[in-house]
Amino acid sequence: MASLDRIKVLVLGDSGVGKSSLVHLLCQNQVLGNPSWTVGCSVDVRVHDYKEGTPEEKTFYIELWDVGGSVGSASSVKSTRAVFYSSVNGIILVHDLTNKKSSQNLYRWSLEALNKDSSPTGVIVTNGDYDREKFAENPVPLLMIGTKFDQIPENKRNDVLTRTAFLSEDFNAEEINLMTGFTDRKRFNFKNLHYD
Amino acid sequence: EECLSPTCSFCTPQVLFFGFGWLFFMRQLFKDYEVRHYIVQVVFSVTFAFSCTMFELIIFEILGALSSTSRYFHWKLNLYVILLVLIFVVPFYIGYFVVSNIRLLQRQKLLFACVVWFTFMYFFWKLGDPFPILSPKHGILSIEQLISRVGVIGVTLMALLSGFGAVNCPYTYMSYFLRNVTDSDILALERRLLQTMDMIVSKKKRIAMTRRQMYQRGEDQSKQTGIWGMIRSVTSPPPNSENLSLIQQEVDALEELSRQLFLETVDLQATKERIEYSKTFQGKYFNVLGYFFSIYCVWKIFMVKFWSQHISFILVGIIIVTSIRGLLITLTKFFYAISSSKSSNVIVLVLAQIMGMYFVSSVLLMRMSMPLEYRTIVTEVLGELQFNFYHRWFDVIFLVSALSSILFLYLAHKQAPEKHMTM
Repeated sequence: MASLDRIKVLVLGDSGVGKSSLVHLLCQNQVLGNPSWTVGCSVDVRVHDYKEGTPEEKTFYIELWDVGGSVGSASSVKSTRAVFYSSVNGIILVHDLTNKKSSQNLYRWSLEALNKDSSPTGVIVTNGDYDREKFAENPVPLLMIGTKFDQIPENKRNDVLTRTAFLSEDFNAEEINLMTGFTDRKRFNFKNLHYD
Repeated sequence: EECLSPTCSFCTPQVLFFGFGWLFFMRQLFKDYEVRHYIVQVVFSVTFAFSCTMFELIIFEILGALSSTSRYFHWKLNLYVILLVLIFVVPFYIGYFVVSNIRLLQRQKLLFACVVWFTFMYFFWKLGDPFPILSPKHGILSIEQLISRVGVIGVTLMALLSGFGAVNCPYTYMSYFLRNVTDSDILALERRLLQTMDMIVSKKKRIAMTRRQMYQRGEDQSKQTGIWGMIRSVTSPPPNSENLSLIQQEVDALEELSRQLFLETVDLQATKERIEYSKTFQGKYFNVLGYFFSIYCVWKIFMVKFWSQHISFILVGIIIVTSIRGLLITLTKFFYAISSSKSSNVIVLVLAQIMGMYFVSSVLLMRMSMPLEYRTIVTEVLGELQFNFYHRWFDVIFLVSALSSILFLYLAHKQAPEKHMTM
């Protein structure tokens, strides 16, 4: 067990987008029956075989830290939340495809989390305005997940996909879109986490 | 021509009020949510605009601006519109959005919304029975019937809020100095929180690894056939499953602890921020304003006879501004605490309803503060309501609310020092 390295991944997003359900699916391989409001932070662990089947196979624990709340929370909540953002290896940004605001709020979420990380590039906090340069130099890999894809009417799906493709490009992040209930269980390859 | 310019002078500020309500909605209340139903925004802004216009009319009354006939006309017009909004429009839309959230009733949304509205009207009408708010000479379909009921609800709300505010304000101001939160207190709590999270993580790792091993072994076991396989599975039951449930219980307890620690840390942070704010000039200024309303209530008891025009104008103006500001802040806090993306529409409409009723009753109560010569217009417009009843009702509810708040805060304060002693 001592040889297993620690990997911490934050799961961020507005309340009600499906972070807890996602984390539960990833770690327990089951659908979450009764999702409730997350107070503070809830952690779950997934065992992952990196480079499975090859001689370099190594087993990692991936800690998924699901931080609850909204970007508009009081500053006391934000300062308390900041303790969870230290030494992060990756960030999963979750947004609801039926709610445009939740996608826009991802900028503020990522700024909140990355600012705490205090990378050597010296990220300065503006009031939530988007600055592409910050994300280009960002050493922390980002993964964007859109939920509730099946709740979008057929004719609007292409528009939504285009919008989110642009969004993930801005973030320099990978992107996955999920259905409600997550009946379609995809194998998540954490391609971005390279540990040599 | 005489009617044209006063109408313009009312329309311009009304448009401004509407714009302010619109901006408040967008920038404050709905800043984290997506506006999908613009009707909600319009209804909120309209309610706000017409409520503010009523206050404007009182100011005009005291100042003696414009002719009395045009003032009277605008009073009546404004009153009709706001009653229409508060009794028909807002309750109907509240019913409509509540019904939209319930899946079973999706098919016949309009029908069920009408049902909800009729239920509301029934109880609204019944409100007239226990209260002596009308004199018997009023007909069934008079405007006094509607205003009197709106007045009762609004006055109750005002008294509840004022009572709580009058007690809460000095309590919070004093208690922050008594509690004296330092940075090291917060750091200690944060450290405990992170340690708890780390413990949860390590236990969950054990559970995950154990499950994995069980799964692998289970796979191996299922491959074993024959007698030896059966004997094996009976004589050596997996010892890990009992361990697992024990560890899971420990994890549940730790998770509950982490939530408590999180909330305590938030509480300490908020206290520290409020202490810092109250030391600033801005903080002190707003504290003074907050005290003003309570002082005014006390002053009223002594029944100062001498009221000059200017004093009453300034007083009335300050009361209006303080109560609007106080109400908007309270509504915003309430909204953030309880809303989600599903219920936000309903909550905003409920807030608009409360706001409208609150402002209408402010006008009712304000009548007492105004000198005799200005009272006539209010009496003329609102009809012959039993104004004394409203004042007595306000005083009773104010007292009840203040006493309950004292009790509530006392009990809450008693629990707090015990929490921190276990740190």
